[in-house]
Amino acid sequence: MSTNAIKVESASKRYGKGVVALDKVSFEVGQGELFGLIGPDGAGKTTLIRILATLLLADEGYAEVNGWEVRKDYRKIRRHIGYMPGRFSLYQDLSVEENLHFFATIFGTSIEENYDLIRDIYVQLEPFRKRKAGKLSGGMKQKLALSCALIHKPAVLLLDEPTTGVDAVSRQEFWEMLRKLKEKGIAILVSTPYMDEASLCERVALIQKGHILSIDEPKKIVSAFDKPLFAVRTNDMYRLIQDLRAFESTHSAFPFGENVHLALKNPIWPEAIQAYLAGKGHTDIEIHPAQATIEDAFMELMGQEEEVNQ
Amino acid sequence: MIMKQFGIFIQKELYHIFRDRRTLLILLGMPVVLVLLFGFAITNEIDNARIAILDESKGEMSREITQRLVASGYFLIDENLREVSEIEQHFREGKTKMAVVFPPDLQENIRRHLPAQIQLIADATDPNTATTLINYASAIIGQQLREQNHGQAAPMQINTEVKMLYNPRLKSVFMFVPGVMTVILMLVSAMMTSIAITREKELGTMEVLLASPLKPSLIIIGKVIPYILLALANTVVILMLGTFVFGMPVKGSLLLLGLECLLFVVTSLALGILISTRTESQQVAMLISLMALMLPTILLSGFIFPIESMPKVLQVLSNIIPAKWFIIIIKNIMLKGTGVGFVWKESLILTGMALFFIGASVRNFKIRLE
Repeated sequence: MSTNAIKVESASKRYGKGVVALDKVSFEVGQGELFGLIGPDGAGKTTLIRILATLLLADEGYAEVNGWEVRKDYRKIRRHIGYMPGRFSLYQDLSVEENLHFFATIFGTSIEENYDLIRDIYVQLEPFRKRKAGKLSGGMKQKLALSCALIHKPAVLLLDEPTTGVDAVSRQEFWEMLRKLKEKGIAILVSTPYMDEASLCERVALIQKGHILSIDEPKKIVSAFDKPLFAVRTNDMYRLIQDLRAFESTHSAFPFGENVHLALKNPIWPEAIQAYLAGKGHTDIEIHPAQATIEDAFMELMGQEEEVNQ
Repeated sequence: MIMKQFGIFIQKELYHIFRDRRTLLILLGMPVVLVLLFGFAITNEIDNARIAILDESKGEMSREITQRLVASGYFLIDENLREVSEIEQHFREGKTKMAVVFPPDLQENIRRHLPAQIQLIADATDPNTATTLINYASAIIGQQLREQNHGQAAPMQINTEVKMLYNPRLKSVFMFVPGVMTVILMLVSAMMTSIAITREKELGTMEVLLASPLKPSLIIIGKVIPYILLALANTVVILMLGTFVFGMPVKGSLLLLGLECLLFVVTSLALGILISTRTESQQVAMLISLMALMLPTILLSGFIFPIESMPKVLQVLSNIIPAKWFIIIIKNIMLKGTGVGFVWKESLILTGMALFFIGASVRNFKIRLE
């Protein structure tokens, strides 16, 4: 098939007066592609996914799913997408089995018919199939929601922050499932606020304040970050960031886990940084060269964006 | 496929209803409690009202009237007074609701066929009770006087003969059973459906349903049908209680009664749906249902306050209350035993209202989130 699974052209959306949720967003997702929408809360991820799920209308621009336009052909789209909202949206007072049976039936199919597709996920839920959905753990809830979104064998899956509020192990398992689904030819658009999940996608769009900063393979986005990078820590982390930002060779300094990631304008010796920090009264100074991550790239792109706006 | 979708949707809705034990208990228990409450506690009937007698005539006539009053079962002699001054004292102490005063010349006047006067004094701090007591007592005294004159009736005397049709004993049960039924049907149909639909919005499941191939009309009808059944079950319970516990008659056709109930339920449901299309949370839906539906239904439908005695503005306003028409219809059917011929106008008005609300709901139903 030549059509893209998803195509969005300069879509914009405003809420009320002044609040811009999406600002001329354009991107494409190919058939069978695992595409990540990465950005912090309030970046516009949910709005974008809802527009594609035909639940919201964009103010401007064009969007289509599987070749169908979202406004005109919303009925066809609704029959062929699997949509999982950000909030757990199954019936809490229905059991696992009842939920799945309900969604299979309203999509005109049955659990047996498409069992192959959900088997890997559903086997983990099977021991709890009589349990009420409201009594499942966070990870289990998401697996059930995914099963329900998949039960009618959709051509495109739209997942809004499926791993938010889920423990680390379940998150890993969840991504493993997405990879398997992708191999079965289902195009997947998944949004997440976790930068570390970007590398699990084939391509990602970094989104911030309704604006797409960059679209590329995660590896390429990271390698576009060409500044020398160090992980720095001292006894006084709070003052460290301010001192580093005041340092003449500093390009940027951001907290990163237990360290501060320091990007430099030009390569200098770590000893020079050490001497500067020691002069500012820091002790227990540790400086290591660091590998750039998608988060560094995101911060960098965000900084550039703000400069342009100013 | 549509029938299957429909079936599973109703099944799901029934799970919601039956698994929420507390709400179910309220829905099924409320009609019983309300009917019993109205039946036994809130009543305008007079039973064993305490009265005082001041008998200055001490004749045969006054004794007979006193006996008649007691024998009626409505009155109980609290005390026999000796002086007029004692009357007020008695009222102030709250011992009695009414005093009957027989003048000294009573016996004499009757014998001479002169107008006889008996004074009834009532405590009108509770006007309804006072009026009822006076009416009862007057009726009993009038009866006695008529019988006395039997055969030698005074030529110029005009007697009014009152006959209460359809509810000869003026039992208030006949009034509140239709009223409670109306309130309950309104409550179950309008409030429960508006809450059930907004709950899906609140929990986010409406979002998933909208993004599915389910037709909006199917979502609505699927949500509504279980509540129709529930409302009709309540109707049966109320009618049975009314009939077997309070002796309320159902003179007209049961089938017609059932159809009219169904019509009212559909009207209320349409109102509930309309409310749910305009609200996002269960709380707001409940408040609107209570304020905009329940209060007018109770106050303006003629259930508690007679429409005829309302100010003109409210009388006009009462015309847009579906409950008013429904109460007229079911009273006609249950008490008078009339057929379609006498209630077609009211039924048509209700049908019109139902169609209007359904149309407005369809127009307002959003196929998207905003």
